[in-house]
Amino acid sequence: MNDVIILGIESSCDETSVSIVKNGCEEIATVVLSQMDVHANYGGVVPEIASRMHVENITIVIEECLKKANLTMEDITAIAVTYGPGLIGSLLVGVVAASTLAYIYKKPLVPVHHIAGHIYANNLERKMEFPLLALVVSGGHTDLIYMKEDYSFKKIGGTLDDAVGEAYDKVARVASIPYPGGPLVDKISHEGKDVYSLPLPLDDDSYNFSFSGLKSAVINLVHNEEQRGNTICKEDLACSFQSRVVEILTKKTMRALKEYQVKHLIVAGGVAANSGIREKLKELCAQENIDLTFPSMKYCTDNAAMIATAGYFAYQLGRRSGYDLKAKATDPLN
Amino acid sequence: MEYKITTHSELETIEIAQNFESEKFPNMIICLNGELGSGKTMFVKGIANALGIEETITSPTFNIIKEYDGELPLYHLDVYRLDGNTSGVGIEEYFTKGGVVVIEWAETIESILPPERLDIRFKVVGENKRVLIITPYGQKYEELCEAVL
Repeated sequence: MNDVIILGIESSCDETSVSIVKNGCEEIATVVLSQMDVHANYGGVVPEIASRMHVENITIVIEECLKKANLTMEDITAIAVTYGPGLIGSLLVGVVAASTLAYIYKKPLVPVHHIAGHIYANNLERKMEFPLLALVVSGGHTDLIYMKEDYSFKKIGGTLDDAVGEAYDKVARVASIPYPGGPLVDKISHEGKDVYSLPLPLDDDSYNFSFSGLKSAVINLVHNEEQRGNTICKEDLACSFQSRVVEILTKKTMRALKEYQVKHLIVAGGVAANSGIREKLKELCAQENIDLTFPSMKYCTDNAAMIATAGYFAYQLGRRSGYDLKAKATDPLN
Repeated sequence: MEYKITTHSELETIEIAQNFESEKFPNMIICLNGELGSGKTMFVKGIANALGIEETITSPTFNIIKEYDGELPLYHLDVYRLDGNTSGVGIEEYFTKGGVVVIEWAETIESILPPERLDIRFKVVGENKRVLIITPYGQKYEELCEAVL
């Protein structure tokens, strides 16, 4: 059997990334250009700057990646690209670059959903075994997805309001913790104690999540303490908040594993880098004999290796797009 | 003219949103302002519910814009992360696409907002108590407020 070599392109948010992956499991080369430093000045991602920088970066990153892999476009089997969801202006840059390359070099064009990419990042660690449960946690998503087989995504629960990464960022904003708020909250939570009384959000029988109420509870707490003339201990607040988030995420995940009789759990998305979630899931999965996979840190954040990997499986299933592929800001995973 | 309404629960905030939806028209622009956790997204959930949208309305903070299909399309925007940089994002296109447009943190993009619109400011006055200050700009929106409030 010939090797299938996929060139993946990802530009849905603030990273411009191109990667070449062989047979959906072997990363040959990846180049990531992050705009984190630029965005830090603004306290978040600035879409106009994001899309403008993607335009400047994309061709350089593609060339650099091919050079690093010591390959030419002739060696590439197909081109995979994130078509959504994400910031529309940023997505467009990747989609147009991928469509153009596919057209010029007469390569198949494979559209990849950003979240499918995050899930398949795990296949770069080790072969994903089905059925499995995926916990997707990021700035824009908090979903529990049941996968019976490759590319079958059944969402059994998700956030009803804020995504978990967003809740982290907003809590950081309220507590004056600088950008990027999420990772910093995680970091300082280890220096604090769980002393603030915060509710366990949406502790019910569903697999849905809600972080808006927890966010409001943090805001009320900060306001009340300020009015009393007390200063909030940021480390304790971070610890209390993270404890609640980790508890509800792991509680519902473990229950879903039981109900769906699944022995494999994978965690995906930017918040998969969160140390609290990692530690607690490791502990619980060991107790219950569940096989647990995390993407390595470099695959947690947005990267094209995951897109090329998911693209391999989509390609094998015959998923193709015309050269008029449209970027979509919102789109369900299926 | 300025209207002041006090709500005592999330449910009351949702009910007010539903009343506005009943008088909807294409290209209706509703601008929401107020601090984090003051009920802006809750208000949008009310509008969506009355528009017959079954999908869960989740926060658009990360993606800036989320689109939903209902009796009229709903365009839910959160422009906080733009920090006023609107060029190249295409926000203005949504004002004339025939849907209901709800913009969170609208005051940060004041300069590109249409002159005729409904402004709602959310003020947190207690744990669950909110004061909504509703200001219509233009005849259509003045009539809307008279019909609803």
